[in-house]
Amino acid sequence: MNKILIISEHNGSELSNSTAKCVSCAIETGGSVHILVLAADAADIAAQAAALNGVDEVISINHPNYSHAMAATLAPEIAAVGADYSHVYGPSSTYGRDLMPRVAALLGVNQVADIMTVKGSRSFQRPVYAGNAIIDVSVAEEMTVVATIRLASWAAASGGNNATISSRETTAEMPTHSRFIDLKTEGGDLPDLQSAKRVISGGRGLGSEENFKIIYALASKLGAGVGASRAAVDAGYVPNDMQVGQTGKIISPDLYMAFGISGAIQHITGIKDAGTIVAINKDAEAPIFEVADIGLVGDLFTVIPEIEAAI
Amino acid sequence: MKILVGIKRVIDFNVRVRVKPDGSGVDLDGAKMSINPFDEIALEEALRLREAGKASEVIVISIGPNACQQQLRTGLAMGADRAIQVDTEEKLQPLAAARVFLALVEKEQPGLVIVGKQAIDDDNSQTGQMLAALWNRPQATFASEVVLEDQVARVTREVDAGLETIEIDLPAVITTDLRLNEPRFVKLPDIMKAKRKPLEVIPLADLAITNDNKLTIDHYAPPASREKGIMVDSAEALVAELKNRGLL
Ligand SMILES: Cc1cc2nc3c(=O)[nH]c(=O)nc-3n(C[C@H](O)[C@H](O)[C@H](O)COP(=O)(O)OP(=O)(O)OC[C@H]3O[C@@H](n4cnc5c(N)ncnc54)[C@H](O)[C@@H]3O)c2cc1C
Repeated sequence: MNKILIISEHNGSELSNSTAKCVSCAIETGGSVHILVLAADAADIAAQAAALNGVDEVISINHPNYSHAMAATLAPEIAAVGADYSHVYGPSSTYGRDLMPRVAALLGVNQVADIMTVKGSRSFQRPVYAGNAIIDVSVAEEMTVVATIRLASWAAASGGNNATISSRETTAEMPTHSRFIDLKTEGGDLPDLQSAKRVISGGRGLGSEENFKIIYALASKLGAGVGASRAAVDAGYVPNDMQVGQTGKIISPDLYMAFGISGAIQHITGIKDAGTIVAINKDAEAPIFEVADIGLVGDLFTVIPEIEAAI
Repeated sequence: MKILVGIKRVIDFNVRVRVKPDGSGVDLDGAKMSINPFDEIALEEALRLREAGKASEVIVISIGPNACQQQLRTGLAMGADRAIQVDTEEKLQPLAAARVFLALVEKEQPGLVIVGKQAIDDDNSQTGQMLAALWNRPQATFASEVVLEDQVARVTREVDAGLETIEIDLPAVITTDLRLNEPRFVKLPDIMKAKRKPLEVIPLADLAITNDNKLTIDHYAPPASREKGIMVDSAEALVAELKNRGLL
């Protein structure tokens, strides 16, 4: 039978929603589902993990070096624990994308990146070429399946469970060659892009950091998260963590509204899973209209006040 | 200090990719091929480090058939000192690619290996991290700023929560994000000069790497297409439509 180990993602006190999404993928894969929590103080996080439905066991390991831990510190321990499992899953967030290939290499296998669908317990679908093709990937019986889970493709597992929690000691050696310095977050109180039900995005069409305020204002009216194209980030209108797309965040809100974004394929990749895509662009030929469910040709600086007046 | 830079030959990012009707792959016939954009940024960063006196030699490496000599020549024209083609017709998966890099690392003894954070064809984002694991050295992925002081690199990384800064001891692996730098344009005289720079071809077999534990990839399909949308002609009509669909 499959034994699936999920590598939890957390910020030191709270379990990320991405772990609950990995659980859904693990349930679909089939087998017993364990979550590994590595933290400086794992107790609270482990309790949150144990509450997820579908989880059979949570393994927690405490170590002071696990606060702000980096891939090089975590991977050896994960590989040691993971050696007893048929599958090792992590989220396809920047955390998981940094960590899981390192784990895979230590286990001597290639990693399956960005699982969208599970076709069998060792065969999956994943996107390539910025989502322009979907491939079937399968993993031979003798190999550990090490994979990241594409977050926009999976709903979070529900809560209410009470799985057993067991504690262990670290066994692997920890390197001293990598040190955390700091983390600057700028998002503020805005809803998290990857779980927001509504996202309002702005592109180069906004023209400046100052002008971008109208996007924030509309978003706060609608309780929406705020996203941006790469051009808007590169131009310094907004911080990097707002970038949506192939090399930014892949999101799946119920409603996505793009203002002044042309619709480059690298951007579209990030929004394909949205329920409804709305595009506002002054250029009727903009490629974003090819994927939009509702399009409006117009100047965003006049359209936004009109939208605000109409809601 | 030497810097090794991996450059992969991929379909140009501007080309519209189409899946072949028989599902055997994507149609690359006659498509423009380029250096993977992230790798171009990796090379630019290496060149800047050399120009700042922090590195002595920049070596570009590509794994693939002779066609990738074209990308290596572009890398030489950008300013790399020499190039290595690891010659194979097989498309190596990330673990094997990382083993190839490790073999070259052992030979060249670089202080840094810089590669793109992902290749825009397979979107795997694995090779750099795997090399760091096999080499048992630090990794700084998704870099948007690199500062070198003696034997330490201070790297700012683009992560989901914002910008993370870490410090790593060299030798190490860095993978690049888009905002690290803007690659230079190649000038005609440099293309001429690049023709005289050394390009070594090493048959894959000579490196004697293990190429096992491959994933089986057996079918390519186009992505699910979205239904054709509607156009509205005013903000009021837009809001009405959204309310109608229960979205506002
Ligand atoms: C390797 C690689 C990875 C990439 N990854 C990403 C990614 O993750 N995410 C991403 O977004 N991009 C990514 N890109 C960049 C992408 O190719 C585009 O360059 C980018 O998405 C363009 O952003 P934009 O639509 O804001 O700007 P533009 O393409 O310049 O479009 C601006 C749009 O605004 C409209 N406009 C201007 N003024 C107004 C106005 N007053 N009212 C209404 N409309 C107006 C214009 O008509 C135009 O359509 C990547 C590129 C590469 C090479």
